[in-house]
Amino acid sequence: MDPYIERSPDGAVAIGTLDSLLNLARKNSEWYLLFATACCGIELMQTGGPRTDADRFGFVFRPTPRQADTIILAGTITYKMASRVRLLYEQMAEPRYVISMGSCANTGGPFYDSYPVVKGGDLILPVDVYVAGCPPRPEALIEALMLVQDKMAREPWLRKARGRWPDPKDPWPQPSAVLGSCAAAAKGPTPKG
Amino acid sequence: MQLLAERIATWLGMEGLPRQAVVAGVVLVVALVVATVVLTIAGILTWAERRVAGRTQSRVGPNRVGPLGFLQWVADGIKLITKEDVIPAAADRTLFRLAPYPVIVGIFAAFASVPFGQKLIAADLNVGVLYLMAITSLVVVGVLMAGWASNNKWALLGGVRSAAQIVSYEVPSVLAALSVVLLAGTLSLQGIIGKQGGWPWEWYLFYNPFTFVAFFLFFTSAVAEGNRTPFDLPEAESELVAGYNVEYSGMRFAGFFLGEFANVYLLSAIATALFFGGWQIPGVTPDMQAASPVWQAVGVGLFALKAGTGAFVVLWLRWTMPRLRVDQLMGLCYRYLLPLSFAMLLGNAAYVWLVPQWAAWVVQGATTTVGLAVAGVFVRRVFYHIRHVGDDVSLDLARGESGTFDPQLQVRVYGAFRRRHAGDSAS
Repeated sequence: MDPYIERSPDGAVAIGTLDSLLNLARKNSEWYLLFATACCGIELMQTGGPRTDADRFGFVFRPTPRQADTIILAGTITYKMASRVRLLYEQMAEPRYVISMGSCANTGGPFYDSYPVVKGGDLILPVDVYVAGCPPRPEALIEALMLVQDKMAREPWLRKARGRWPDPKDPWPQPSAVLGSCAAAAKGPTPKG
Repeated sequence: MQLLAERIATWLGMEGLPRQAVVAGVVLVVALVVATVVLTIAGILTWAERRVAGRTQSRVGPNRVGPLGFLQWVADGIKLITKEDVIPAAADRTLFRLAPYPVIVGIFAAFASVPFGQKLIAADLNVGVLYLMAITSLVVVGVLMAGWASNNKWALLGGVRSAAQIVSYEVPSVLAALSVVLLAGTLSLQGIIGKQGGWPWEWYLFYNPFTFVAFFLFFTSAVAEGNRTPFDLPEAESELVAGYNVEYSGMRFAGFFLGEFANVYLLSAIATALFFGGWQIPGVTPDMQAASPVWQAVGVGLFALKAGTGAFVVLWLRWTMPRLRVDQLMGLCYRYLLPLSFAMLLGNAAYVWLVPQWAAWVVQGATTTVGLAVAGVFVRRVFYHIRHVGDDVSLDLARGESGTFDPQLQVRVYGAFRRRHAGDSAS
């Protein structure tokens, strides 16, 4: 199925070009929220620094959630913080994306047994990309941001804006499938014997 | 006062139609063209700012979209259009929606009387300087509206700070500009440029010591009026999340953003017109320039070059200077800039009144010599620091064995280490 053609009853209407143009712009201007809950925030700051310059890809931080596209759950989330994190996410303008950075945000990490720790950021927010590590290196965070770029590039933005996506009759590569293939590609060929 | 619109109407041979209708139509077209040019300039400046920031911080800056990341601003613009336009539930909806417009109108309308070239000016008003100072004050209204309507404490604090700052710094900036008006005897920007010349010693910058100081007063106040670092208290991230535009998303935020960057170019353009001879070409009289389209184009290019250099300095300042505190900001304005600009105005008045022509020539020459010498020393120091940037800090990890971490390369005085081992092979 050609993902660049939107079907209508009286024939095919090609809106894929406009969609891909919009997506090209969107993915090259991914602004992330300057927000961190724990030590992963140090690596988050490093990501904007000279060695892994996030600005090369157009990733700049915005201090206010209204102007951010991506929220990065950087660090341990406590139950008390969870509602605030959720509030920040809800204050962001759509379309918005979530990156879960580091062991704590993925699963609770080393503090899994602790009574105040949320056992994974995906319990409160719809996470798009998980980054492993404690903490992940800045390069890993850059890769996560680029995975979000991949996701943006494959989204039918116009159809989504008009409330016509996801549509079970017109299956678009689902985000999970896309990320799964990316992960498989990153893993490389399976070692023999 | 002849409008560009009227000239175009005559040129198109449309005298037959009702004059007002033709003028109105052409005015609309000219306004659209000017707005497009200003938007493009503002967009390119956002890219330039990020490249300058990258250089300043030993980074690269945007380099993925187009050559050297030049199309980054297009990507940002399209992204902002596609974003949701959030209006907080507790906000004053009407005011919230209206707020970006006074900012955009205030800045963009000012460009109507910016002399991009000898003939490239939308409206050469005979009250040009007054018009510029008055129309840019509309920005305060927009900023205050945004701060108030957002119903957010950070936004309100940012808006109030911005209003106090713009109103305060308006005074020294106007007084410094008045010094030039006093010398030129006209408020028209083309008239002021016409009184200057192409060579540096014919600029008002080097006319006498008072105008030399007045330029720096004007530039400082204009930077403060534009809410740029080191005076960007209304947007201080560390104190007020993002200032008056904290609740704005999507295109409405882009309005504030473009307004800020258009203002950077605007202040450089005004400084160019008032102090740097505008479109005047060295060795070419205004009459020669009026006769030849080639000289016209050169003049337009020269103006863009001067204004672009000024805009670069503003960006450079932003990434070099730390931010002032609120009390320091107001103290700087009322205790230093304001009395100094009054003194410069009175000094200029006395100069015009008392100093005879032969003495004026001597003063002009001496000011030019001293001014250029100061500029030369400054530029030399800058290039010295650029050349020796590696002496104190090195970010170079990968100079040892391939892929290994060599702690000796991390010593702080890296340059000294490098010089000591200049002849060694990688052993």
